Amino acid sequence: MNEHLFQYLLRLGDDSLILGQRLTEWCGHAPTIEVDLSLSNLALDLIGQTTLFLGYAGEVEGKGSDADRLAFHRDAEDFRNCLLVEQPNGDFAQTMARQFLFSTQSVLLLDALTQSSDARIAEIAAKAVKEVRYHADLAADWVIRLGDGTEESHARMVDGLDWFWRFVDEMFEMDAAETALVQQGIAVDRAAIRSAFDARVAATLSEATLAVERCDWPLGGGRSGRHSEHLSRLLAEMQVLPRAHTDAVW
Amino acid sequence: MRSGPIMAVLGTVPDPEIPAVSVVDLGIVRGLVRSASGALAVRITPTYTGCPATLLIERSIREALDAAGFRDVEIETVLSPAWSTDMISDAGREQLRAYGIAPPHRGAASTSLRGAYVVECPRCGSTHTREVSRFGSTPCKALWQCNSCAEPFDRFKCH
Repeated sequence: MNEHLFQYLLRLGDDSLILGQRLTEWCGHAPTIEVDLSLSNLALDLIGQTTLFLGYAGEVEGKGSDADRLAFHRDAEDFRNCLLVEQPNGDFAQTMARQFLFSTQSVLLLDALTQSSDARIAEIAAKAVKEVRYHADLAADWVIRLGDGTEESHARMVDGLDWFWRFVDEMFEMDAAETALVQQGIAVDRAAIRSAFDARVAATLSEATLAVERCDWPLGGGRSGRHSEHLSRLLAEMQVLPRAHTDAVW
Repeated sequence: MRSGPIMAVLGTVPDPEIPAVSVVDLGIVRGLVRSASGALAVRITPTYTGCPATLLIERSIREALDAAGFRDVEIETVLSPAWSTDMISDAGREQLRAYGIAPPHRGAASTSLRGAYVVECPRCGSTHTREVSRFGSTPCKALWQCNSCAEPFDRFKCH
């Protein structure tokens, strides 16, 4: 098995799986019906992308796992998502802050991955990036609307972003495994897309009358399985049914 | 090659979410190919990665092929080239409009999502319309409203 490639696919798939699962918590609870539909659509896209990435991961692993097996029968320490996506939804502004930061990163990453030397990754990325562009636009629109809105919405947006600044650096972290994949043309150098990310975030926040904050105490560990307690609770809810009824099929 | 009769069968398979349009006119059917095993195969591509209709579409195509006597024809799903609204046929666009869904602009898939396109109300034809929500009842549709006749309508998202 190509362990580096397997781990990379888990990172890509777990990011979209955990964020997709988080967004489903809004279903039926969003501020308006339009927002409810939007967040459910985002979740659906992300779970769809997960199926492709984790499906490929299962093939690379070669132990007969499909996407469902990997999603429902791994424990928290085996997940490779970044910490940002597992953070609680908070209020609507916090959810949009997380979405804005993640999707802005994701558009750049997937866009670059369409040139991957791994044809399978390239075709999944080409499909996914079209969907994620819509996510990034939606989130940026709300960051601007809330930031440049009322005193209350502005304060909420500031609080929402404040929760996430410490998790931004982890999205661009590289390690030896990913660097090896970059040298083979399979992966994208995350550090190399950071400046484009910073520029897009700065432009949107400026329009939103918000400030970019630097975090002196960035948190990481998700890529090697060290997660916050929030992930365990999310997995408990997501995995309980397939684990209680292991042979059940749709 | 029995491509003519097979494509005719596929042309009768409706999209489960938008039954006014066939899976051929929506661009989901990408054509007929020889599979690795040498058998004839219908090549299909999903619209959105998470579209819940994807499995149902494959099953509907299987049933239609079986019913028409094409049991040996296989179905092959491919991701590349990624489906785009530019793959919807002219007939499909007209069927969408008649069904009450504003069709996507041609070539829009490759340009900015934020472009200021003129969207005609599929009910009264007015161009005085506005976007209510970029995400609608299915992944492929956005929710719009006509300022002239006040009717809400779906618009097929440019993708």
